[in-house]
Amino acid sequence: MHSKTIAQLAQGLKDKAFSSEELTRSYLDRIEKLDPQLNSFITVSAEHALAQAKEADKRLASGDPRGDANALTGIPLAQKDIFCTSGIKTTCGSKMLDNFIAPYDATVIDKFNNAGAVMLGKTNMDEFAMGSSNETSFYGAVKNPWDTDKVPGGSSGGSAAAVAARLIPGATGTDTGGSIRQPAALCGITGLKPTYGRVSRYGMIAFASSLDQAGTLTQTAEDSAIMLGAMSGFDLRDSTSVDKEVPDYTANLNDDIKGIKIGVPKEFFDEGLDAEVARTIEAAIDEYKKLGAEIVEISLPNSGLSVPAYYVVAPAECSSNLSRFDGVRFGHRCDDPKDLEDLYKRSRGEGFGAEVKRRIMVGAYALSAGYYDAYYLKAQKIRRLISDDFKQAFEKVDVIMGPTSPNVAFNVGEKSDDPISMYLSDIYTIAVNLAGLPGMSIPAGFANNMPVGLQIIGNYFDEARLLNVAHQFQLATDWHQQAPGGFK
Amino acid sequence: MSLEKSDVEKIAHLARLAIDEKDVPEYARNLSNILDLVEQMSAVDTDNVTPMAHPLDATQRLRKDEVTEINQREHFQKIAPSVEDGLYLVPKVIE
Repeated sequence: MHSKTIAQLAQGLKDKAFSSEELTRSYLDRIEKLDPQLNSFITVSAEHALAQAKEADKRLASGDPRGDANALTGIPLAQKDIFCTSGIKTTCGSKMLDNFIAPYDATVIDKFNNAGAVMLGKTNMDEFAMGSSNETSFYGAVKNPWDTDKVPGGSSGGSAAAVAARLIPGATGTDTGGSIRQPAALCGITGLKPTYGRVSRYGMIAFASSLDQAGTLTQTAEDSAIMLGAMSGFDLRDSTSVDKEVPDYTANLNDDIKGIKIGVPKEFFDEGLDAEVARTIEAAIDEYKKLGAEIVEISLPNSGLSVPAYYVVAPAECSSNLSRFDGVRFGHRCDDPKDLEDLYKRSRGEGFGAEVKRRIMVGAYALSAGYYDAYYLKAQKIRRLISDDFKQAFEKVDVIMGPTSPNVAFNVGEKSDDPISMYLSDIYTIAVNLAGLPGMSIPAGFANNMPVGLQIIGNYFDEARLLNVAHQFQLATDWHQQAPGGFK
Repeated sequence: MSLEKSDVEKIAHLARLAIDEKDVPEYARNLSNILDLVEQMSAVDTDNVTPMAHPLDATQRLRKDEVTEINQREHFQKIAPSVEDGLYLVPKVIE
């Protein structure tokens, strides 16, 4: 049962092959038995899940399940622990929020609840979504199910590892610089980061507000389409939410992609790319040729500047967003503060881990008097150049493809003492966030026995086409069906 | 860019972060490396480029100046570290 996709499980529920309660118990058992090897969950909400499953079974029996297309009613899902859940702990992977029980639900949680989905728990993540390996979590590193000596990627590493190990059929993630696509690539699953503004950020703990976007981690593009449809849409409570109709993302999955133009940026095949990964990506692009796509070499001349620009914009916005954690209204508070400044400094000093502190300090420095123009404003200008490169490319091509990550999953501990080398693992994903475009990563094969992700980048609000292009590849290949040995 | 120990202490103060004395050299080294990485931007001519604050160049939405939220003070203060009579308690600020 656990190898089934969301679409297959929905059919099973409809056919009464099993109930949502049976399904939920079966996944809860798997999590209990197998997750100690991976540490992909921070909280397992078994009681809550069983209550939701019983409710879903009632709705399924009455033939009147709530929610669009009803494809998620009774389906077990996991939520990244960055989404506020009323009554269930939300930690954001931080000691700062170890005692935090949100007084409300994030819009994304609301929407899945309304669709009748069953939340099995909250997944592990890099602290405040800052990291590319899931090693910065206060709750310990997550392990990659393909090789537990290796990282799953980050920051949505718990969601990616849980879906790859078939502990859950689908999970949410968030992506500020690659935090859905990179772990999806490293764990051999399908990850989707939608257009900035497509999914509400309300109740999603903020890291860098002009870049953060919620998305999906699933086995297949079809399942991404189902989840995206349920979680998207305009929200008055998010000031940057875009008021645009949500299409049925499953409607065009089967469209023929003959004649589609795929742009391949030469900058994504530079000396930093592992040779085995390059070969795997080239083979995947050849597969698209067989499907009738036209391959066009393109250039994104400023993409090399995306990491430097990102490490100004993201820390600057993070230093501002994380100023709310002050030990006064919620979250960690130090013992016996001697004055207000001591309260702020020690609560924050004790509550945040090293990577979060580094980024807050970089941001505070970049925004401090006399440096704003040289850092933040400069980065915003570079951001424009990067975005314009994509605009020009999309005049010539329908989608852009390349590697998601320059390497396969690295060893736990390999990069944790070297922030710069860690940052460079997002070198191909960051530009997409700076431009606000939608991007996916789909399983494309293996290099050195570890999964490789093919990145597909689309134009603004062109998620339906991305999903169509990804689905067609998944009809022709079976990389997405491969599961790690110990977790089959 | 090479940050001194005193620079790190100043930034940590600006960010209201207590950091251990023994960790300061490592923060100085890491922050300097990050600023070196960022420094690559200065080689690019951006004189006539408009800064991009929002990916879709959207402007801030406005709404009517009406009360739309209900008072949930008790509910929100349930998770606060220290409250009394509906107020958040902090160390004495004014003598």
